[in-house]
Amino acid sequence: MSERRVVVTGIGAVTPLGVGARISYDRWLAGESGLEDGEGRADDFDPTDFLSKKDARRTDRFTQVTIAAAKEALEQAGFEDDEDPPVNPERVGCIIATGIGGILTLEKNANLLRDKGAKGVSALAVPMLMPNAAAGNLAMRYGLLGPSHSVASACAAGADAIGTAMRLIQAGDADMVVVGGAEAALGTLAQAAFDNMHAISPTGISRPFDARRDGFIMGEGAGVLVLEESESAEARDQEVLGEMLGFGATSDAHHITAPDPSGDGATRAIKRALEDAGMTPDDLDYVNAHGTSTQLNDRSETEALMRALGDRAKQLPVSSTKSVIGHMLGAAGAVEAILTLIALKERMAPPTVGWEERDEGMDLDYVPEARPLEDVNGDSAVAISNGFGFGGHNAVLCLRA
Amino acid sequence: MAEETVSEDAVFEKIADAIAEIGPDREDVKKEATLESLDVDSLDLVEVGQVIEEEYGVELKGEDVEKLKTVGDVVDLVVKRAS
Repeated sequence: MSERRVVVTGIGAVTPLGVGARISYDRWLAGESGLEDGEGRADDFDPTDFLSKKDARRTDRFTQVTIAAAKEALEQAGFEDDEDPPVNPERVGCIIATGIGGILTLEKNANLLRDKGAKGVSALAVPMLMPNAAAGNLAMRYGLLGPSHSVASACAAGADAIGTAMRLIQAGDADMVVVGGAEAALGTLAQAAFDNMHAISPTGISRPFDARRDGFIMGEGAGVLVLEESESAEARDQEVLGEMLGFGATSDAHHITAPDPSGDGATRAIKRALEDAGMTPDDLDYVNAHGTSTQLNDRSETEALMRALGDRAKQLPVSSTKSVIGHMLGAAGAVEAILTLIALKERMAPPTVGWEERDEGMDLDYVPEARPLEDVNGDSAVAISNGFGFGGHNAVLCLRA
Repeated sequence: MAEETVSEDAVFEKIADAIAEIGPDREDVKKEATLESLDVDSLDLVEVGQVIEEEYGVELKGEDVEKLKTVGDVVDLVVKRAS
């Protein structure tokens, strides 16, 4: 089979740090946090900046943040309003992951059902809350006619979506895929559920890999990338921001919420992503960790990195974006891949903000302060970005810029 | 409400407000405006129907609903069924 390479021609993000991929990266690099009062709200996002009143009313917030992030990514990739797409739309796919989908709509309509009876429930409830609502709305908005669906693997979903999009392009089912993840779950239902499983930090602090870590902080927003077959990008002289080199996905088959403490599933996913990319641990310059700030994840992820990368693990900068944007669940993998691409391009290792106290047996370099990448091999910098989800899903991307 | 008649103007105002909530500008919502021109589809009409039912106890269901073309058609149907 001829090898089709997958490059990145657009990125966009809505995060607790701001509306835009670049501003989110710049603020992270500067050590600023988007977390406040125990949550990461995308406060700067106003749906009416991107959607008509009608469209805003007919979409859940997780779709709205997707549309904003996608606008940024698609404009960068050469899509103009009111003009034909720059590539054949039948060859453009659209995959938007989510961890939970439209839970705010679900909660609201469950309350209407209780308070007003069946007749109070919105006819729009299902098309708003369904997990594929973001992908469907986005495809409609831009007339994208190729394969389109959602990916649901909890907090691994963003990375799984990107991996799936890569495969669609490599297999020849699409020449371009608009892909990402979205989450907007900052409501009482999700908050209560995560609280009651003791997953959320009672102190309201996200400090991945620090000895004092006590749970994650929920964040909201979306990340969208435009992935494109390299010859398609070349043919239209489109600027290339980076390349997706490899993807590895595995299952723990261990426990519905806890990671396998041995890190076996994550280890296999990391190894598979490197193998798929044709890379070795020595080729890596940076690791963008899943790093949730829970006791279990951060320890098992450290274990997995040491097992998969051997001696190289301790030489690499390993940092967690969740230290500043919290855990964006199904959006996390997409936003983190986007910010990793910018970091690679800038040859910087952004920090794990707030990391101060080393935990016993967790001996990696967690990058308490941003610093330039060292030991960059040749012309490009290479990273892996990890995503692990409830359900035991592990998805690892290998990318370069 | 046997003796009470539902005023056509009052029904129009109520329905126009409900339609304007969905998206179109309130001043564009005239009796002769078609639902299509206001970008009101069948899902939106269900939402309008919920407001109507709450206000007038009239269900916006059945074959008649499929024939509705203009805002005035909706008003007429509600007035007819409410009286």
